[in-house]
This record gives sequence, C-alpha cells and structure tokens, in this order.
Amino acid sequence: MESHKYEPTNRAVKWFEDQLPILGLIHGTLGAGYKAPRNLNYWWNFGSLAGFMLVVQIITGIVLVMHYTPHVDMAFRSVEHIMRDVNYGWLIRYVHSNGASMFFVVVYIHILRGMYFGSYKSPREVLWFLGLVIYLLMMATGFMGYVLPWGQMSFWGATVITNLFGAFNFYDGMGDGILHLLWGGYSIDNPTLQRFFSLHYLLPFVIVGVVILHIWALHLPGSNNPLGIDAKGPGDKIPFHPYYTAKDAFGLSFFIVIFAIFVFYLPNIMGHPDNYMEANRLVTPSHIVPEWYYLPFYTILKAVPDKLFGVITMFSSILIFFLLPWLDGSKVRSAKFRPTTAFFFWLFLLNAIFLGYLGTKLPSAIIIHAGGGIDALTLGRISSVFYFSYFIVIVPLVSRMETTKPVPISIAQSVLDSRKGE
Amino acid sequence: MTTNDQVEHGEDVTRRNFLYVASGVVGVVGVASAAWPLVDQLNPSADVLALSSVEIDLSTIQEGHTITILWRGIPVFIRHRTKVEIARAIAENADPMKDPENDQLRAQKPQWLIMIGICTHLGCVPLDNSRFQTGDYGGWYCPCHGSQYDISGRIRKGPAPRNLDVPEYVFLNDTTVKIG
Repeated sequence: MESHKYEPTNRAVKWFEDQLPILGLIHGTLGAGYKAPRNLNYWWNFGSLAGFMLVVQIITGIVLVMHYTPHVDMAFRSVEHIMRDVNYGWLIRYVHSNGASMFFVVVYIHILRGMYFGSYKSPREVLWFLGLVIYLLMMATGFMGYVLPWGQMSFWGATVITNLFGAFNFYDGMGDGILHLLWGGYSIDNPTLQRFFSLHYLLPFVIVGVVILHIWALHLPGSNNPLGIDAKGPGDKIPFHPYYTAKDAFGLSFFIVIFAIFVFYLPNIMGHPDNYMEANRLVTPSHIVPEWYYLPFYTILKAVPDKLFGVITMFSSILIFFLLPWLDGSKVRSAKFRPTTAFFFWLFLLNAIFLGYLGTKLPSAIIIHAGGGIDALTLGRISSVFYFSYFIVIVPLVSRMETTKPVPISIAQSVLDSRKGE
Repeated sequence: MTTNDQVEHGEDVTRRNFLYVASGVVGVVGVASAAWPLVDQLNPSADVLALSSVEIDLSTIQEGHTITILWRGIPVFIRHRTKVEIARAIAENADPMKDPENDQLRAQKPQWLIMIGICTHLGCVPLDNSRFQTGDYGGWYCPCHGSQYDISGRIRKGPAPRNLDVPEYVFLNDTTVKIG
C-alpha cells in the first residue's frame, strides 16, 4: 500500500510539494493513491460524470455572462443576441441549457445508485447528507437559471415557485412580507431578476465547495460497491488511477455522445416553446409546467388541496431522503441480497416517473379512460401516498423483516467464485 | 489553603464567565446589526414603494366586459357586471364557500367589480370565463392549478385559500375610479 504514496522524483516538484502538498492530495484523491473496490460497475461512473457536468455548466455559464444582460428590458433580447449574433453563442447556450438537464439525469442516477446499493448506510450517512445538500443547491440554481432568459415560462414559473413561500402566513401579512422580501417589489420584476442572476452565478461555486466535502467524506470509509460489503484486504481493492480513471473516461465518452445528440439534434426538447415569448405579466400561459426535473415534486404539491400543507408536503418529499439511513434498518447494504427491497425500489422508481408524467398534466385531465375516467389529480394523490409510504412504511418494515440472501465473505472471494461459475 | 484556592478559582471562573457572555453578546449584536442591511436590501426599494395610484376611465367598458390594468406591476381586473351576473352573485351569497363573503361587501357599486387579478394560490392570472368557458361558476378560472372563482371573485373550487383580493379604491365620479 505504502508504495503508492506520492513521492516526487523531480527535485523542483519535490521542493514545491514539501511546501504545499497539494499534488499528493490530488494523487490520494483521484490518482493512484486512492484505493477503490475492484468490483465497481458502471453505475459508479455517475459521480465523476456529475463532476464533469458541474465543470461544463460553470465554463459555459461564465462565457454566457459575457453576453447576457440581467435587466427586464434587455434580458430576453440579450439571449436572442447570444443565439443569433454571438459566434457559437447558440452552441454555448444549448450546451448550458441541455447541460442542466444532463446534470440532473446524471445526479438522479447517482442518487438511485446510492439507494439501490445502500451507499447511504453507515458509515456513509454524512456523505449521503452532503450529496443531498448538493442536490438541493442544484434545484435552487437550476430554478434561478431558468428565470434568467425572461421568457413566459421563466416569469410564470418564478411566480408560482416564489409564491410557495407565501404559504408561510402565520400572522396577517407575514406571507406577503416574505414575498416582498424575495421579490424586492410587489411582483416578480427587475430586482428579482438581478438577485436571481447574482445567486445563479454564486451557487455553483458553493456546490464546488460541498463537492469537495462530499469527496472528502467519501475517502474516509472509501467507496461502497455493488456487493455492499466492506473492502478489507489488498485483494479487494485496486488503485483509482489508472483503473477507474480509464473506466470513467470510457463511460464519459459514451455520455458525451448522448449529450451531443440533445445539443445538436433535439436542443429544445426539454424546454418549453412558451419560453421563446418574452415575459408578459398580464398573460399567464394556459398551462404552466416546471422543468422536467421538478415534475414529481410538482405533482405532490398539486395533490394536496391545502396551500400550506401542500408546500410542507412537497418540501418533505425531498427532506425525507435525509432520514433514509435510519428508516432502513437492514444489516445488509446492497439490494442484490435483499430481493424484496429491490422489488420495492423499482416500484418506487416507476412511481416517481409516473409522478413526473402526471406533473405535465392538468389536474382535471383524464388519464385512465376506463370506468368513468380517472383524472390526474386522483392518480397524483394515490402516487403521492405511495411515495411517502415507501419511506415511512415499506422501507422500515421490509428492511427489518426481510430474510437476506447469503453475503460473500469478501470482494475477492466473490470475484473468484463467479469465475468458477463460468 | 485548599479552600482559599477554591474560592480564588471560583471567583476566576465567575469573572471569566461574565467576560465570555458579555463579549459573546456584543459579538452577536454586532454581527446581527451588520447583517441587517444585507437582508433589508432585499426588500422593496424606495422607488418601488413610491409607485403612485392609478385613475381609470370606466366609460369605455361595455357591460359584461372585463379590462385588466397594471397597478404596482400587478394586474387588476375591472368588470362591468350585467344585471344577471349581479343577481347571481347575490343569490349565491349563502352557498357553501371556503372564504364566505357577501357580494355587497366586495363591490362598492354592484355593476363594478374591481379585484386584484392574481390567484391567491400561487400567483397566476386567472382567465375570464366569459371568454374562455373553462369553469362552472361563471367567474374566473386559474389555469395553473384549477382554482375556480365565481362572478364575485370568490373562491368556489380548487386549491386557492382566499377570494381574489379587493384593492383600496374610490370613485372620483360616476365614470372614474382611483385605485391605490
């Protein structure tokens, strides 16, 4: 193990490293100095893909700011200026706008990976928390970024989302007070646009900070793995570089192809045509939909008839992830050895996708036409109940009652056994 | 000796505790007073607060029509109600409602219904039923989450918690109203 300690041979590098051991830090974090379990599959690729997307968003974002004007009179036109006049402006903006969606896709898979293989379980609870904090920061950043082009969906999406905070009306005028503080006026207007722009620029760097903490917290216990058992002896681990740097780079090349298909062939598929109309405070679009990555939570909001309780329920649907390490009482991490857990995990995922689908529908829209018809509101309520019962009932009970399959003694042993099987 | 030591020691701790608490309090007050301007700058600025009232000429609005004007950057509906609509609004006073309110209290002159055109749920602009035909109560329908308001602007169905708000206004004469 010690042979992988970073020892520069070049005298100049050694002189530098003695005074600021940052190269050794990188070597131990992303290089040969970090020992990762030898059995990581491609689901473990998505952490580095998320890191890649964060860098892409920051670089394209910084470039876009060089051409964008954060003012209600000029924002919409400056975005059109980027699309039509700025050299490669169309490319940079499409990479940034589709990049947001790609970032969320990758992070959702990363979170689901953690759920399936029990990566949130001891000793990685803080690592899980930091990941959720990153996700919450991403939601805030994505929302504020969507407001900046100052199109119809920007304006009305912002109106609906900021009004959520008006539900906290515990004494007369408190709700309005909160809203006026958020908006800097009596409605979404120039002060709102400018503060959203400021924060949209700031938060990605806060995310970078939390990502560093996330990686720090990862490297104390080390990566989880598909078997969910602790990596013990040297036979269980391989150096991150070159093994996983190569594997991640290969996965990245695949990912970039998919990303490019969206940027070059379907650049507006995840957007909404209404956002190519400038914001108009007198006309609400006939149907407001948030970006796809918020849709499941939007359905949960719509499912509750009371305003305050709806808002609390929606926030709870995200915050409940913080409790997952304790809701899950199983001694085994990976769902590979927990068939009932795995079954309900896939059911949870299907339900979450269905919630997202319902989010695009009007509450009164008939979804199932059999037997008089069932509308989106009713289905949304059923789905929301299932969403919460997964956390509150299914996971706590199943994890404590399920008879798990035998877990291999070590990662190395499992690899050898699988070779024998072949 | 030992008692003496303990007393001295005890006095020391008390004095030190006092200094800790005192400097802590000064620190907290200092940080809070430095933070307040940074929070308060988010609130509406003087020029936004100074937005004046608006005067509207009502003579051009035909019976059964609604106009929408901007006041403080927010839409205000002014509807010239028909006799049938007024009768319906008053007849439904006793119907079950989430936020019961008599129609007579919502309109100073029954033919002029003046309301802030913002859904009390999440701030969308409701659609006029006489133009879009999307609700059951003859008033307004919010396209965002399906709240329905009657011809008095009262919430009758859907998630909105309150009736559409009525702004302060005065009639300067028969055909001019001042809002704000």
